[in-house]
Amino acid sequence: MKKKVNISKLLIYIVLLSGVLIAVFPFVWMFLTSFKTNTEAMAIPPTILPKKIRFDSFITIFEKLPFLKIYLNTIISALVTVAAQLTFCAMAGYAYARINFPFKNILFTATLAVLMVPGTFFILPQYRLMYSMKLLNTIPALFLPNLFSAMGTFLLRQFFLSLPQELEDAAYIDGCNRGKAFIKIMLPLVKPGLVSLGILTFKFAWNDLMWPMIVNTSTDKMTLSAALSFMQGQYVTDYACIMAGAIMAVIPVLVLFAVFQKQFIEGVAHTGIKG
Amino acid sequence: MIAPVTIGLIIFYFYPFFRVIRDSFHNIGAFDRDMGFVGLDNYIGMFKDKEMWQTLANTFEYVIIIVPLSLILAMIIAVLLNAKIKGVSVFRVIYFLPAITMSVAVSMVWRWIFNGDFGILNGILGSFGVPARQWLADKSTAMLCICVVAIWSNVGYYMIILLAGIQGISKGYYEAAEIDGATGLQKFFKITLPLLTPTIFYVVIMLIISTFQTFDGIYLMIGPKSQAIKYTQSVVMYFYRSAFDYSKKGYASAIAVLLFVIIMSLTVFQMKMQKKWVNYD
Repeated sequence: MKKKVNISKLLIYIVLLSGVLIAVFPFVWMFLTSFKTNTEAMAIPPTILPKKIRFDSFITIFEKLPFLKIYLNTIISALVTVAAQLTFCAMAGYAYARINFPFKNILFTATLAVLMVPGTFFILPQYRLMYSMKLLNTIPALFLPNLFSAMGTFLLRQFFLSLPQELEDAAYIDGCNRGKAFIKIMLPLVKPGLVSLGILTFKFAWNDLMWPMIVNTSTDKMTLSAALSFMQGQYVTDYACIMAGAIMAVIPVLVLFAVFQKQFIEGVAHTGIKG
Repeated sequence: MIAPVTIGLIIFYFYPFFRVIRDSFHNIGAFDRDMGFVGLDNYIGMFKDKEMWQTLANTFEYVIIIVPLSLILAMIIAVLLNAKIKGVSVFRVIYFLPAITMSVAVSMVWRWIFNGDFGILNGILGSFGVPARQWLADKSTAMLCICVVAIWSNVGYYMIILLAGIQGISKGYYEAAEIDGATGLQKFFKITLPLLTPTIFYVVIMLIISTFQTFDGIYLMIGPKSQAIKYTQSVVMYFYRSAFDYSKKGYASAIAVLLFVIIMSLTVFQMKMQKKWVNYD
């Protein structure tokens, strides 16, 4: 009996470990290729480990693209998006959960309706809006439409709804006004919701491709996604260099993930349960 | 307090929503020049457009391959991780990696792996005597490659959601089943699966919606200039090419409307069907 259990455990580990191998291999390969010279990368048969670790391709990238600027653009765009969504969605989510005002139901239904529409649907008019606001090829174009989120409003409303009304009533009895109760009592209590939304939004803003690629076409206004895609089009055959770029684009999110892995995973699990 | 979100949504989402519908009845050419109302011409054009039909077939093929395989693999891993084994949190983190990684970087490394001349896939297969192939340029394998990458990216993400669902099932059911002498498989099919149906339902809806909008992988691994693009492009890819490569924004708007209608009807259909198989206690 004992032996049978051990064999099934062993099988589980074998399956899980082969899955891990498949999940990790592309990262390893990206890493290994980036330290090769392009000639070595294109050797037949392929070498696994680089013969000598070289940083040539990392240097080449900085020569070919304003990479620091691109990094900065991506960071600014992602942080502004996160900050704005958290602020605006928390306010609206709270209001929809707790305050009565005219046209509340109609407005909320309209907000929900946005959730039903695929993001690409809005892109052409959004692009034209950027054009008429003379914002094409500027940093604000990268994030402007993403500052307002129906999904975030809905998610945080759910979190506010799950808090007991008594908590807020107690705050009013103690002399809090609405604004103070919102900031001091309610906001700290929905922190898991804020963290989930923040992480998901950051990931989206960092990784999104189509929108930044459409609005900003000059390299010094691009985000990492768009710049890498542009680079692949320009320098099709410099594989080592492309891999080096990919590595550098991925690392910040991986570091963030290493620090906040619990929140990342819980954030995703949350959306599954709440949705 | 709702003013910022509401004003933002009106400008960047409500207005564009109606604008796309209006534009789909107009002929809009290069530099966004509106050449006037053309009635249903864009829709009739879409109906007559062979490439559009091929695109729809491609997209449904993606859904048919990617959705079930992602779901099944995610489910298997979630169930295995729920067993009493060591290192669950490490496994969770590793499996989750592909889900947080920039799709552009993911597509690039896979494109490099699949590369027909210098790729490691041909290298590995070659050592077993399998002849080299142009995986991404050959229309018979290109779509498969896109599916592999999509599934690779999906599994970890949905595994987390399913695992959270499994862990939410009360232990009491399993204890009762064990007393009755149920095997592991019986427990899975009689307890886990039925009680997990609300989560599975959510995962299926999300998978279908996201697969329907596949773009990044096709754009980066196949590319608009490839011969294979017609046989691999999704609706969103064709939308992008119509709008930005061919400067037919009226036509692209009609494609966007079609995409919306299809996703909407699929979702409504599933909402209706859920009564048949989803258990809410």
